[in-house]
Amino acid sequence: MWKLFQIEVYKIFRRPRTYIAFAAITALIVIVQLGLKSDGKEYAEFIMSDLKNSIDVEGNIVNGYFVCYVVLQLLLIHVPLLIALIAGDMISGESNAGTLRLLLTKPFSRTQFIFAKFFASVFYTLLLLVWIAILALFVSILIFGTDDMFIMKTQYAVQIENGDVFWRYVGAFCFAALAMTTVAALAFFLSQFAENSIGPIVATMSVIIVFTILSTMSLPIFAKIRPWLFTTHMVTWKEFFDVKVNDANESIRGTVQHPERLIRSALILTGHIIIFLGVTVGVFKRKDILS
Amino acid sequence: MQPIIKVNSLTKKFGNLTAVNGLSFTVEQGDVYGFLGQNGAGKSTTIRMLLTLIEPTEGNIELFGLNLKTHRKEILQQAGAVIEKPDVYKYLSAYDNLKLFAKLSNTVVSNARLMEQLDMVGLAERAHDKVKTFSQGMKQRLGIGIALIHNPQLIVLDEPTNGLDPQGIADIRNLILHLSREMKKTVLVSSHLLSEIEQIATRVLIIDKGRKLVEGSAVELFDPSQTLVAMDTTDNHSTLEQLKQSQWGSALQQQRDTHIVLKLKREDIPELHKWLVQNNIAVISLQPRHSLEDYFLQVTSGKQHVEAFSN
Repeated sequence: MWKLFQIEVYKIFRRPRTYIAFAAITALIVIVQLGLKSDGKEYAEFIMSDLKNSIDVEGNIVNGYFVCYVVLQLLLIHVPLLIALIAGDMISGESNAGTLRLLLTKPFSRTQFIFAKFFASVFYTLLLLVWIAILALFVSILIFGTDDMFIMKTQYAVQIENGDVFWRYVGAFCFAALAMTTVAALAFFLSQFAENSIGPIVATMSVIIVFTILSTMSLPIFAKIRPWLFTTHMVTWKEFFDVKVNDANESIRGTVQHPERLIRSALILTGHIIIFLGVTVGVFKRKDILS
Repeated sequence: MQPIIKVNSLTKKFGNLTAVNGLSFTVEQGDVYGFLGQNGAGKSTTIRMLLTLIEPTEGNIELFGLNLKTHRKEILQQAGAVIEKPDVYKYLSAYDNLKLFAKLSNTVVSNARLMEQLDMVGLAERAHDKVKTFSQGMKQRLGIGIALIHNPQLIVLDEPTNGLDPQGIADIRNLILHLSREMKKTVLVSSHLLSEIEQIATRVLIIDKGRKLVEGSAVELFDPSQTLVAMDTTDNHSTLEQLKQSQWGSALQQQRDTHIVLKLKREDIPELHKWLVQNNIAVISLQPRHSLEDYFLQVTSGKQHVEAFSN
C-alpha cells in the first residue's frame, strides 16, 4: 500500500500538468499582493466606509493577516478546479492512456489501488494548500508585517489581536484541507466512470456550482437540503475569524463564536469523504475493465 | 504435472450478449498456446478474465493449481501480460517505466538488471528516452519487457503483433520462441495472424462466438501429411449422407452449408475423386488446402471466411 502510494505520488509529480496548479496559485497570490501593496489603503478604506463614522481604526490595517484573509476568500473558490484537474484524472487518465489494464494485472487488490490513488490525490491537495499558506500567509507577513486583524462581516466588524491570529489560520487551513479533500473525493469518485479526464473535471465543477447556488439561495424550498450539501460547509473556515465577545463587547482571546458550527461542518465534510470513497471502492471492485 | 491454466465452463455475459459461453481449456507448462478466433470471438474477454480485469459470470479459473478468485495476488505475481496495446506512461522513459512496473510487481531490480531487460527487447540504446518518442514496435517491445521484468512463469500476450511492420512481427515471434525454448516460460498468445501462430504454437485453441471449436496440439491439428479438402457438389446434403455411409466417413470434418470438408492424406485425393465419379456425384469444385489459415477458416463461421475459403 505504501509502495503503491509512493508510485502514485511519483506519477503525479512527473506530469507537467501538476505544476499548472502551483503556477496559477503563485500568479494569483502575487497579483493580489501587488495590488494591495500599491492600493491597499484605499481598498481598506472602501470596505470599511460604512464604519468610519462609528469607530476609529488605527494602525496597520492592510497587514499580512488581512492580506491572507483576502487571498483565501478569493482563492478557495478557484482551488477546487485545480484539485479536480488532478483528482478527476486519477482513474480516468489511466483508463484513457490504457495503463489501467496493465496496472490491474499487478499483484495488489483493487481496494489497495483505490486507496493509494485517493491518498495520493489528498497528498497533492495538501501540498497545494501548504503552498497557498506559504505564499498567502508567510510571504504576506514578510511583505506587509503584522498587526491586529480587522475584518468585515455582513452586519458587524471583528477585531482580532495580533497575537491571537496565527492559530486561527492554522485552524482555517486545516479546515480548508478537509473541504478540499471533499472536492478531491468527489472528483475521484467521478473519475472511475469516465475514460478521459475532461468529463470528471467538468462534472465536479458542475456539481460544485449547482450545490453552491443551492447553498447560497435563501429560498425555503432549499432549506431542508442546504445543511447536507458539502458546499454549504466549505466556507466554514471563516468561523475561525469570528470571536466571542464579553459584556463590554471586547474580543475574548482564543475563542471562536460558534465552535459547534465548525464541528458540525467538519463531520458533514468527513461523512461526504467517507461516502465518496466507500462508493468508489464498492463500484470499482466490481467494475469490468474494458478500456 | 498440473496445468498452468485450467479453465472450466467459463461464461461471460454483458447484458444480453454472451461474449464467452461455457469455455473450457487447459494450458500445460512449457506450452506456447495459440488462442485463435475471429474479431469478437471472445479471445480478449477470456484473457481479461484470466488476468482478473473482468469478472466471469460463471465458471472457474485455476492458474498454477490455485483458484484465481481466492489466490489473485499469488497468481498475478507469477504472470506477466501485454493486453492488446502496450500502453505505458508516455511521459516517462523506457527505463523509468520498467522500474515503476517492477516495483508494482513487488520485484527489487538492480539498474544492471533493468538495462539487461531493455537490452533483451532491443531498447537499451533508447533506455532514457521518453516513451512518447517511441514507434509502435518499440512500445510493443517495452510492453513485453515490462511483462517479463518480474520473471513470471506465465506470459499472456493478447494480439502482440498488432500494428507492427513485418520486421517487428518477426522480432516478436523470435522473442516468444526465445521465451519458450531458452527461458522455459509458458506463453498464451492470441493473434489474428494465423501464420504467426502456426510458426510458434505447440497447442492451439480455436473459439467462435465464445465457444470452443477445437483444441489440440499443433501437430495434430496441422499435420502436414494431412490435407483439408473442401468439396462443393450440386447436392451437398445428399453427398454428405453418402460419404457418411462410405469409407470416407471418418475423414469428414465440421461441415458448412456451402461445402463439405474432409481431412485426407494427399495421395488419397485421386481415390476420392474416383469414388465420387463411381457414385454419380456431380462435383462443382474439389480444393485441397493444408495451412492453419485454411483450418481456421474451416472451423470458424462467418461470411468473410466462407467467401475467403471459396476463393
